[in-house]
Amino acid sequence: MSGATAAQAHPVQAPQALLTVSNLESYYGPIMAIRGCSLEVREGQIATVLGANGAGKTTLMKTISGVMDPEKGQIVYRGENIAGASPDSVVRKGIVHVPEGREVFPLLTVEENLRMGAFTRSDAGEVRRDEEMVFSYFPILAERRRQAAGTLSGGQQQMLAIGRGLMARPTLMLLDEPSLGLSPLLVKEIFRIIRRLNRERKVTMLLVEQNAKVALEVADYGYVMELGRIVMADDAKRLLQSKDVQEFYLGVQQETQRGQKRWKQKKTWR
Amino acid sequence: MDVLQLVVSGLANGCVYGLIALGFVLIYKATEAVNFAQGDFMMLGAFIALGLTNQDFLGWPFWLSVPIAIVLMGVFGYLLDLFVLRRMFGQSQIAIVILTIALGFVLRFFAGLIWGHEPISLESPIAGKDVRFGGLVLGLDEVMIIAVTLILTIALYFYFNRTKLGVAMQAASQNQLAAYYMGIPVMRVHSLIWGLAGAVAAIAGILFASKGSIDPSIGLLGIKAFAAAVIGGFGSLPGALLGGLIVGLIEPFSSYYIAAGYSQIMPYLLLFLILIFRPHGILAQVHRKKV
Repeated sequence: MSGATAAQAHPVQAPQALLTVSNLESYYGPIMAIRGCSLEVREGQIATVLGANGAGKTTLMKTISGVMDPEKGQIVYRGENIAGASPDSVVRKGIVHVPEGREVFPLLTVEENLRMGAFTRSDAGEVRRDEEMVFSYFPILAERRRQAAGTLSGGQQQMLAIGRGLMARPTLMLLDEPSLGLSPLLVKEIFRIIRRLNRERKVTMLLVEQNAKVALEVADYGYVMELGRIVMADDAKRLLQSKDVQEFYLGVQQETQRGQKRWKQKKTWR
Repeated sequence: MDVLQLVVSGLANGCVYGLIALGFVLIYKATEAVNFAQGDFMMLGAFIALGLTNQDFLGWPFWLSVPIAIVLMGVFGYLLDLFVLRRMFGQSQIAIVILTIALGFVLRFFAGLIWGHEPISLESPIAGKDVRFGGLVLGLDEVMIIAVTLILTIALYFYFNRTKLGVAMQAASQNQLAAYYMGIPVMRVHSLIWGLAGAVAAIAGILFASKGSIDPSIGLLGIKAFAAAVIGGFGSLPGALLGGLIVGLIEPFSSYYIAAGYSQIMPYLLLFLILIFRPHGILAQVHRKKV
């Protein structure tokens, strides 16, 4: 069984890093929201960043998508530093940001919202085909295609936000809190589709979530962010088992450790 | 007969107010700034056309001067946003409002310097001619104003609902952040909107100048158009036109049926009533913005 052990030691040719963020610093107004954050997202995988409110997760996403400019550090995507690039050039490079709180265009129809997702593309025929592709993942949107997006339910708006992101034909999708404000059943459905999109459409994902359990279940790799820094990084499966993550993010009570955030001192990243 | 003529002249005036109001609303919807120089844009557009075509100035053919004036005002609006307003990005709304008020003064000053302060009329082939419908005699200029406004309205409707850039302009005004995320160049869209507002103002100015004489102070008509935009529902494009038409119609009717002076007050009286009883205007799109 030496072959099996060898495969374990060197797991199936680790995929290449698609996005590497290193020593990123970013300010949200006067507040330093990202304080030297480093992480990487590997091609074809789902990476997740967990963290409490105000940990800097959304600022990280906004800095990657170019809506905010970093103060320091690098964001290397496919070997090119895109730190400080304009949002539309980032979309054209294949990174699309599906924002927190859905942020659909409320008075445009579902179909117009999707077309806006494809704003940077000029291949009208392909855009129409992709629209049908989105409808195949989210059949409810096909039923509502002529309805104003503002009249959709929260879950449908989240589906529309993801569908609109897909219309840009992204290589990397930045998903910010897709579970926000949704019922547990809907969260399950959305995450099932996210998994399918990753598998079937080969969309690499960077997922930011407060709902650590669902995020770690769907992700390949996980990071824990606190006060603008990555404080833990590991395989998603291992993070799910980690006592610290269980206590602080999964709400599993462990009497002996309460109150002492041990892992805060042992930064696991570099 | 009398009434019909009042209606037509009221509608013609109302179309001009409506087009200026449209400029206000276009810019407000896209950038949340109010351009108080919109009336002066109209004045400038009218004077550029006049300066190109009148015999006292360049004397170019009318049908050549008109498109040039419209394009020049479009470019003026675009460059104004690109070089001036974009630098104000992030400043308070009041700073931008004051800037546009000051800009109005500057434009009036330069117009006076170049074309003088005496009323001049545009040498237009449609001025002073009549059209007859049965027993009805209407001014060709007034009919033209209504026709052009109608065509322009339809064109703008198609532009905003059927073209990719038009829909993107709507998208950027409904949710600016999401527009950035979708790769819509929001800043350029803003400049284009200013350009569009400039071009529409030029059309309004040329129409206005073709039915009477103008001087640099006609830009103050913008205040009436602003009232029209509020009456129609600030933030609604059809509302702007509707408000313009209402104000346009009120004026001749109140001076005809009440007394001459009342035409100056009635639009503002209506504005008061609207603000009290329907503060979002007649055709308001009340959708709360998420904070």
